[in-house]
Amino acid sequence: MNNRFGTIVLDISFRVIIPFIMLYGVYVLIHGEDSPGGGFQAGALFGIAVVLSRLVHGEQAILNVSGDKALILAGIGTAIYGSVGVVTLLFGGNFLEYGTLPLNISEPGRHALGILAIELGVTICVMSTIVVIFDALVGREEE
Amino acid sequence: MQEFFTSYFIYWVIFLLFLLGPYGIIFKNNLIKKLMAMNVMQVAVILFFLVLGQKMGGEIPVEVPGLLGAGHYINPLPHALMLTAIVVSLATTGVSLALLLLVQKHYGVLEEDELLRRMNER
Amino acid sequence: MKLIASVAMLCMVGIFFTTTAGLPQIYNPHSAPSEHVSPRYIEKSTKETGSPNFVTAVLADYRGYDTLGETTVIFTAGLATALLLRSRRTPSFKNEQACLVKGDPDE
Repeated sequence: MNNRFGTIVLDISFRVIIPFIMLYGVYVLIHGEDSPGGGFQAGALFGIAVVLSRLVHGEQAILNVSGDKALILAGIGTAIYGSVGVVTLLFGGNFLEYGTLPLNISEPGRHALGILAIELGVTICVMSTIVVIFDALVGREEE
Repeated sequence: MQEFFTSYFIYWVIFLLFLLGPYGIIFKNNLIKKLMAMNVMQVAVILFFLVLGQKMGGEIPVEVPGLLGAGHYINPLPHALMLTAIVVSLATTGVSLALLLLVQKHYGVLEEDELLRRMNER
Repeated sequence: MKLIASVAMLCMVGIFFTTTAGLPQIYNPHSAPSEHVSPRYIEKSTKETGSPNFVTAVLADYRGYDTLGETTVIFTAGLATALLLRSRRTPSFKNEQACLVKGDPDE
């Protein structure tokens, strides 16, 4: 799998830029409550980072999720989202009513942690869906 | 006249953008071009919703401490709805590209008239 | 067929350009979309959800069930793409080679 970019300029510049994209994705995810951002945007950034990283580095990519692994990750992301709702159901609230999360902090804090948890799920789902679509379209799903 | 330009003219621009979608879907022959026209139509709908949320003198919908009141922030609801619409449009574009790949694999062509001819003669 | 479609498109253009004045005024803080539910979100959501970003509060808290549906749609779309392109079925047309050669525009 030596599908690198044709020129050394693109290769090296993407190699430099990928860690910054990932860092910015983490920032957009974690800081999404206080500033513009959130799970969907962070997922798109992570997806682009993973796709670029696999294009540039090939098999030695840092986040080498592809094919079946990416599909399983997408399912895990959706399951994280749903399980937060089920946890709030189990502790006596409505579905996705974060005020009943079993944590020893104030009510807005519980809401914030619940929002962060479901946005983590959304991020994982969007990231791996982008990778799955990319893999399927370029015909690279078989390892 | 000036009131029309500040208040309603953007709707015309968005509608012209929207019209590119039906135009491409009806009059273009290639299925990929039809898909691109559909995406342009989606973008026009998203822009329409975002424009609906604007307010004169509104900030972005993130609360600044000490600044309260509905007039100071733009409407957060269209942003929340369109945020998901963008990502869903990405996913549906992926599905339709996969379908087009299968069509290309089965029939060897993506032009609509030629495709219909081959489907009928089979 | 294309004539009917273009007439329908022209009708759409006419209807739109004559009814623009009925749409809500942009930039007016008292237009209909700015006065129905969004003041409630803007005024109360920081106290109720602890998140200063109204968009996140609406997306993940007030309409969390909706977002769960959207996430499921995205997951399903990814799954559908993978399943469509991964199937190992070969096309079962007898005259495929002939058809491919006959209709190839480059030939």
